[in-house]
Amino acid sequence: MDMLRVENLEVVYNEVVLVLKGLSLTAAAGQITALLGANGAGKSTTLKAISGLLAGENGKITEGAVLLEDRPVHGLPPDKIVRSGIFQVMEGRRVFEDLTVEENLRCGAFTRPRAELVPSLERVYDYFPRLAERRKQLAGFMSGGEQQMLAIGRAMMARPKLLLLDEPSLGLAPLLVEDIFTIIKRLNANEGVTILLVEQNARAALNIASHGYIMENGRIVLEGEAQAMLQNPDVQEFYLGMSHGGEKKRYRDVKHYRRRKRWLG
Amino acid sequence: MEYYLQLVINGLVVGSIYALVALGFVVIYKATKVVNFAQGELVMVGAYACFSLTVEMQLPFLLSFLMTLGFSVVLGLAIERLVLRPMIGEPIISVVMVTIGLSSILKSLVQMFWGTQIQVYPQVLPQEPYFVMGVPVAPVYIAAFVLSALLFAIFSVFFKYSRLGVAMRATALDQCAAASMGIGIKSIFALSWCIAAVVSSVGGVILGNINGINAQLGHLGLKVFPAVILGGLDSLLGAALGGIVIGVLENVCDGAAKQLLGLGGFKEVAAFIVLVIILMVKPYGFFGTKQIERV
Ligand SMILES: Nc1ncnc2c1ncn2[C@@H]1O[C@H](COP(=O)(O)OP(=O)(O)O)[C@@H](O)[C@H]1O
Ligand SMILES: [Mg+2]
Repeated sequence: MDMLRVENLEVVYNEVVLVLKGLSLTAAAGQITALLGANGAGKSTTLKAISGLLAGENGKITEGAVLLEDRPVHGLPPDKIVRSGIFQVMEGRRVFEDLTVEENLRCGAFTRPRAELVPSLERVYDYFPRLAERRKQLAGFMSGGEQQMLAIGRAMMARPKLLLLDEPSLGLAPLLVEDIFTIIKRLNANEGVTILLVEQNARAALNIASHGYIMENGRIVLEGEAQAMLQNPDVQEFYLGMSHGGEKKRYRDVKHYRRRKRWLG
Repeated sequence: MEYYLQLVINGLVVGSIYALVALGFVVIYKATKVVNFAQGELVMVGAYACFSLTVEMQLPFLLSFLMTLGFSVVLGLAIERLVLRPMIGEPIISVVMVTIGLSSILKSLVQMFWGTQIQVYPQVLPQEPYFVMGVPVAPVYIAAFVLSALLFAIFSVFFKYSRLGVAMRATALDQCAAASMGIGIKSIFALSWCIAAVVSSVGGVILGNINGINAQLGHLGLKVFPAVILGGLDSLLGAALGGIVIGVLENVCDGAAKQLLGLGGFKEVAAFIVLVIILMVKPYGFFGTKQIERV
């Protein structure tokens, strides 16, 4: 079953700049779906279109639909979307630097019943003992990795059905990157939360995902089972940094793959 | 010596009212980044609302005070909804101009309904003074100070511990991130105008009890600027201290100028002179957030 269905989405910034050009994707319930692509492809825009945060940046959905469990959520204000079960962890973590760790977590629970607060906090501290140690500390004084844990913990406080993660590994040291992906995997396995994971780190993302999409210039150019994508020579060349000799090409130049895939599928 | 002690006590009382009004100003500035030039007029409107209820409608003071608070909540909501919300996304200078316009409108409305004469509140507290360190102090002064301190305490607790208070602080720090938590940004804006209107009207009612009121009461808003700039535009503690400091300094400087130099009318400028000197030393005020360039 699909938790999320995005159909033919078109997004325009500032009334003129068309950034998403008929994008469609789905996220299967209880699974991790990876959305990959180069800088500027429109990954963050896709997530913000789903979570309703576009409005704050003068962006607008001009076409298409976003369905959560078959119910349309596009056009709702962000607070209604959070209440319907979608929570986005924005690029760059965006913790509230002058609030303490615990206050940050409480913000995540803003839409939840009060009775849930204490159990939710305990659950997050279970996952991230580091946050428990620093609950009274200002979030701005924490390291990048701890801030990313806080951002994910804050999302857990909202108990979403669908978690949108925008480049959680961005700017982290390699060792921490591994930790973050382990945590994402664990969250998905233990809590059953559906995850749409945007990443530049394609290999790590595909390793924990069940399904993957690659987007370029506002469109999906390739999709498939994560394992199959990892084995795909074109993906290896363009997104996993494995050289097969030859100059750097953009995916668009190797459209033949799409055809091949159709024959195979 | 007693003369100066008297001045300090008067300054503390007036300063606590400045602090209340500054609190309202800071709450709006923090949450919405709007510099509200109509803050003094909110004081005036609150004072007249209470005056109208107690004197013209003959309601008991406590009841009309509570009704004034309710009225302020509605006023704050109405101003945000009708005046400020249509301005969301407009350049900040336009929004500031709108608050200046709002201040003129509120002032004209008050003059239209109540004229420009000074109006006095009925005495609600006993006249018999208390003695503080040998200096006689009217009960209304003590009540004013206690009430201001109480309101400050309530709001400190609200911002520190309540869900909405924490959400307001989060919104002040990062609007987009707050929206992603499911915090309704528009409701937060409305709430901040409500708080500003309520604390200001309390200030207005206190002033009405001390001095009586007239349509010039809105000029109090001008005193709030030195107070908040001194404290740092975005700090509640700063607003409290800034208000108190300005209140005490202007009273003491004015008194000293009168006694030592025979100069009158020093009160109006004292605050600004002190302000300029302090800002030369601490450009972000005592508690203001420094602008840090982040890449
Ligand atoms: N707020 C905005 N206003 C105008 N253009 C934007 C805005 N945000 C992003 N864009 C443009 O949309 C395109 C996609 O950006 P984004 O979704 O951030 O890509 P990605 O997350 O894949 O790097 C880029 O060309 C970017 O310049
Ligand atoms: Mg991005």
